[in-house]
Amino acid sequence: MLEHLAALIVVVPLVAAPLIVLVRSRRFAWIATTAASYLSLLFSVQLFWRVATLGPVSYAIGSWAPPWGIEYRVDALSSFVLVAVSLTASFVAPYAQRSIAREVARDRQYLMYAMYCLCLSGLLGIAITGDAFNLFVFLEISSLASYVLVALGPRRQSLMAAYQYMLMGTVGATFYVIGVGLLYLMTGTLNLADMAQRLPGVPDVRPVLVALAFITVGIGLKLALFPLHQWLPNAYAYAPSMATAFLAATATKVSVYVLLRFYFGVFDPARLFEHLPTREVFVALSLAAMVAASLVAVFEQDVKRLFAYSSVAQIGYITLGIGVDNQASLTGSIVHLLNHGVTKGAIFLLLGGVALRAGAAAVRLETLAGLGRRMPLTALGLALAGLSLVGVPGTAGFITKWYLVVGALERGWWWVVAAILASSLIALAYVWRVLEAAYLRPPAASAARGEAPAPMLAAGMAMTALCVYFGFETSFSAGGAADAAALLLRGLR
Amino acid sequence: MSLAACLIIPAAGAALIAACGRRPNVREAISLASAAATFALAVLFTPEVLRGERPRAVLGEMLPGLELVLELEPLGLLFALIASGLWFVSAVYSIGYMRGNREENQTRFYACFALAIGSALGVALAGNLLTLYLFYEALTLITWPLVTHHGDDDARRGGRTYLALLLGSSILFLLPALAITWWQAGTLDFRPGGILAGRVSGWEASGLLALYVFGIGKAALMPIHRWLPAAMVAPTPVSALLHAVAVVKAGVFAVLKVVIYVFGLEFARESFAWLPWVAGLTIVAASVVALRSDNLKRRLAYSTVSQLSYVVLAAAILTPLSVAGAALHIAAHAVGKITLFFAAGAIYTAAHKTEVSELDGIGRRMPWTLAAFGVGALSMIGLPPAAGFVSKWFIVSGALEAGQWLALGVITVSTLLNAGYFLPILYRAFFKASQGAGHGEAPATMVAALVATAALTVLMFFFADLPLALARSLR
Repeated sequence: MLEHLAALIVVVPLVAAPLIVLVRSRRFAWIATTAASYLSLLFSVQLFWRVATLGPVSYAIGSWAPPWGIEYRVDALSSFVLVAVSLTASFVAPYAQRSIAREVARDRQYLMYAMYCLCLSGLLGIAITGDAFNLFVFLEISSLASYVLVALGPRRQSLMAAYQYMLMGTVGATFYVIGVGLLYLMTGTLNLADMAQRLPGVPDVRPVLVALAFITVGIGLKLALFPLHQWLPNAYAYAPSMATAFLAATATKVSVYVLLRFYFGVFDPARLFEHLPTREVFVALSLAAMVAASLVAVFEQDVKRLFAYSSVAQIGYITLGIGVDNQASLTGSIVHLLNHGVTKGAIFLLLGGVALRAGAAAVRLETLAGLGRRMPLTALGLALAGLSLVGVPGTAGFITKWYLVVGALERGWWWVVAAILASSLIALAYVWRVLEAAYLRPPAASAARGEAPAPMLAAGMAMTALCVYFGFETSFSAGGAADAAALLLRGLR
Repeated sequence: MSLAACLIIPAAGAALIAACGRRPNVREAISLASAAATFALAVLFTPEVLRGERPRAVLGEMLPGLELVLELEPLGLLFALIASGLWFVSAVYSIGYMRGNREENQTRFYACFALAIGSALGVALAGNLLTLYLFYEALTLITWPLVTHHGDDDARRGGRTYLALLLGSSILFLLPALAITWWQAGTLDFRPGGILAGRVSGWEASGLLALYVFGIGKAALMPIHRWLPAAMVAPTPVSALLHAVAVVKAGVFAVLKVVIYVFGLEFARESFAWLPWVAGLTIVAASVVALRSDNLKRRLAYSTVSQLSYVVLAAAILTPLSVAGAALHIAAHAVGKITLFFAAGAIYTAAHKTEVSELDGIGRRMPWTLAAFGVGALSMIGLPPAAGFVSKWFIVSGALEAGQWLALGVITVSTLLNAGYFLPILYRAFFKASQGAGHGEAPATMVAALVATAALTVLMFFFADLPLALARSLR
């Protein structure tokens, strides 16, 4: 049983999805979803522990030995991502029942659960597979499922947002597969580790460079790397609440993982960072995201869109760490996969509760008026998670910022330090607007009082508590990220 | 008995206060009890610290090599004694003020108040820069609901300036200062003699010092002082305890800690050359603004800005004598300024007057309040028999020893300016013809509190031994 963990973690949610469609009972759908989510958390924690104590795990699907068969490979980086994804899932699943019941038409609710399970399975699969084409398959599974999740949203614009997301996502996936095709052409293998070994022997570098470009742009689209982020604000704003929370916390993060895997595990990082302008490109795009997207957020009236733009900026922090490219900055990047996931997950879960109580699909700043009185716990949670976005000490966001600042200092890049701090200041401005609305504006006379239903509130507050927890106790978060960063710099090859 | 109790008691007090919101008498009793317990705890630690021991408690490890740690040293103990002792007095005062003015949201007020003092104690007890930074930011955030207590447009504007300047300065300057210190020194601990000696060159130290003193916005060095007058929209007990004692003292306290334990008095004297100028400019400019403001609380706020820079100036002189003076001035200014604010709040509660020009003859109707105000004013000017004289004496001695003529000049000018904006108030109150009548003293708890702090101001002149002993055992 134990040696099959690596396969089970993907198979369980993958099997849950068709079962849900077959049974078509809303109750069963929710139970199966929750069970699959918790099982995946259990499996990934076990895998994380095994990797931490015994070293990387390799699993040959169907007993076909790599590099001929598909290899599932779990190392410090992928096990960290697995835990981050399944941790989010374990908060979203209990939340889903009440939220979906309110936001999605009755006859489509089972679809929502099924798509969520598929998406979860795909995301976990991306993190666990060691095969470039299998990775593409999982990328498409998770992406197609997330298009449907967005399309099932309660607002008229949801369909348009899903369409936009699908167009951009498909371009991204196609670019990725073109890149992988070129690599296959040059190396004759699809196994990532094998590919890395054969690449230095490839006589003609040009197709490899083209592959690098296609993969960078393709995955850049998926992870919403500025300026390829156009799909993200609409998709987040118009999706159902639970889908927004889940996608915001996981989907883009897993795409970052793919990028890390290719940059440090397939291509030669020394060549990539020394001979190509990779550093310059990533630092420039990241800084642009951190400043420009934050500024857009400051002037946004729709709260879900406000935090969606904040996500684009926060993804900038993650890619900035890749551009700075040293132990401290990569630790910052990787730990932010978790820290930002927890923070944004908490915010969108809590906003779902606000939307439900307001009885409106859209949460605007006016909707938040008087929230401190009407829904004191929700308001407190939003405040704490908001402070984590700013990076106030005692929250998860501070840990990330500390590593990124130290990393930039070690490179002697003062202007990057200044940009990180300026971006936090802009984050303070948009979080401030939310806090001011919640605490200093009188509630509208018609506004409903009372917190969100208990399971939704509990999930949101628990995730907020994690934001604070990871601000103080970092042996798992920063410790795991530091191990993964050390692994990247040693070379996954 | 652990140091952590100093933080747990206020936090637990806040939780109980929130739970007892429906029964005001129980709520206020809890507020008084937790203040008394915190103060008693700080007193219990005093003999230990005077013996030279440094109680220490590790709360956890935040990042590899960076612990959350509490450590009690003389300066921190002095600050903790002042903050917790005056918390008790102002808890008594608040009861009269909040009820007398029929303020809303009193439960939130008392709970945030307790948490704010807890954060200030966290700053006082912080054993390294990271812990100090954590509680420093917590103090900013937890006092925001107190500043915006009234929830109107003024409060919103004031709160915006408050948060933007305090959080902005700490994010933009203090955080990189910490990161640079960590990067260069490999530690953020407070060590006698400093941690930066030999690690950074002269001009780098100068820049780092700038990041620190402007990053610690709570020290209100110009131009990062605007948050303090903005915070005056808060109810008066908040202005009195937090914006004359806990918050602003957390600022100058942090500056002192950085100067003594991060830079060290011996290291990089030349890199401090510019600091006396900025502090001196702040002292004089803020006094001039105070001279020109008619609003009593605003005048007091600018007086605070100016007095805080005395502490920074004294620290910048870098002699043991002047550093002792700086520590003493934290205590002396605290008791004096809280008396002045208490008096201003009493005048507002009893007579609903906020402007200096409205105070003609009020001394005859509120003799206790204005007498106490007089004592506080004497302390600000630095005349005997008030505590302000003692601390100024030490600062001046230190300046003479170091040959800091600039500091001497600044102190002389500012003493004249202080007299210029405090004495006319007393003249108006006691010697001008009365306008309007129909009120006496404020509620008894308020008068009792302000008389008590005035008495403390005088006592600290005659019995300066304890604060002096603590200040002397620094380094």
